[in-house]
Amino acid sequence: MTCSEFIALLDDLIDNSIALPIRVEIEHHMHECEHCEIVFNTTRKTIEIYRSNEIYDLPPNLRERLHAAIMARCKKGC
Amino acid sequence: MSTIQSIAGENEQHPDLALVERVRAGDVSAYDELVRKYERQIFRIAQHITQNREDAEDVMQDAFLKAYEKLDQFQGNAKFYTWLVRIAVNESLMRLRKRRTGKMVSIDEDLETDEGTVPRDLADWAPNPEQNYNQAELGEILRKTIQGLPQGFRVVFALRDVEGLSTEETAETLGLSVPAVKSRLLRARLQLRERLSRYFKKKTGPAIPQEAGLK
Repeated sequence: MTCSEFIALLDDLIDNSIALPIRVEIEHHMHECEHCEIVFNTTRKTIEIYRSNEIYDLPPNLRERLHAAIMARCKKGC
Repeated sequence: MSTIQSIAGENEQHPDLALVERVRAGDVSAYDELVRKYERQIFRIAQHITQNREDAEDVMQDAFLKAYEKLDQFQGNAKFYTWLVRIAVNESLMRLRKRRTGKMVSIDEDLETDEGTVPRDLADWAPNPEQNYNQAELGEILRKTIQGLPQGFRVVFALRDVEGLSTEETAETLGLSVPAVKSRLLRARLQLRERLSRYFKKKTGPAIPQEAGLK
């Protein structure tokens, strides 16, 4: 397997949607290629960091204000 | 007994559908529950697309009001959440069009780039690199980095990886093919990784020779 072929399968590997025979081949490639192992680990970490940190949080006071505005208009029939 | 269980299993529906039915029957408090359940996600998606806090607030209100008005058009075989997200995405794009009057805005723009398809920064990251920054610094880095992505990549990453929609749901929501979503997702992930590397890579230790590169 080449590094380009590895990159093409990277998403499926991260999303755990790869059939066993190809997975074995991929894991063998990562074992041999430090760069691809780094790309895999750091891409997976990228997703994990974005998932676990709310970068656009809705502050509780704003949340309540917007919520009240939506419900007031719905009750009036929008 | 087993027959009863099997019928119950077949008829098992998403809890949102029961809330939708109650709203349709005139119970506004059921809509209150749906708004509380999804307002954070809808606000985040609107922020990812508009990149403007006031616009995101307006989009959030408009999306929920529109969903309430159009609830009769909601088909019970779809998920209420993905239907709501589609409304929010459309409202966000409309908001951008208003801001950039006369200029077409779509999720297809700014994609003429090959940047990030081949990883260049091959340095390993520090263990738990996010811990080297406080919460405010980390938030700034993550916002700045994702805001630098082309919109068509950013929205796919936000829906698929941050909000947890499936590839098929993301495609349906954005009116894209599944292969298009997959292609954008890979490029978005690789570009974000590349850009975050400058903050998260190990500061010391032997560098990996770049000329060795990817084969």
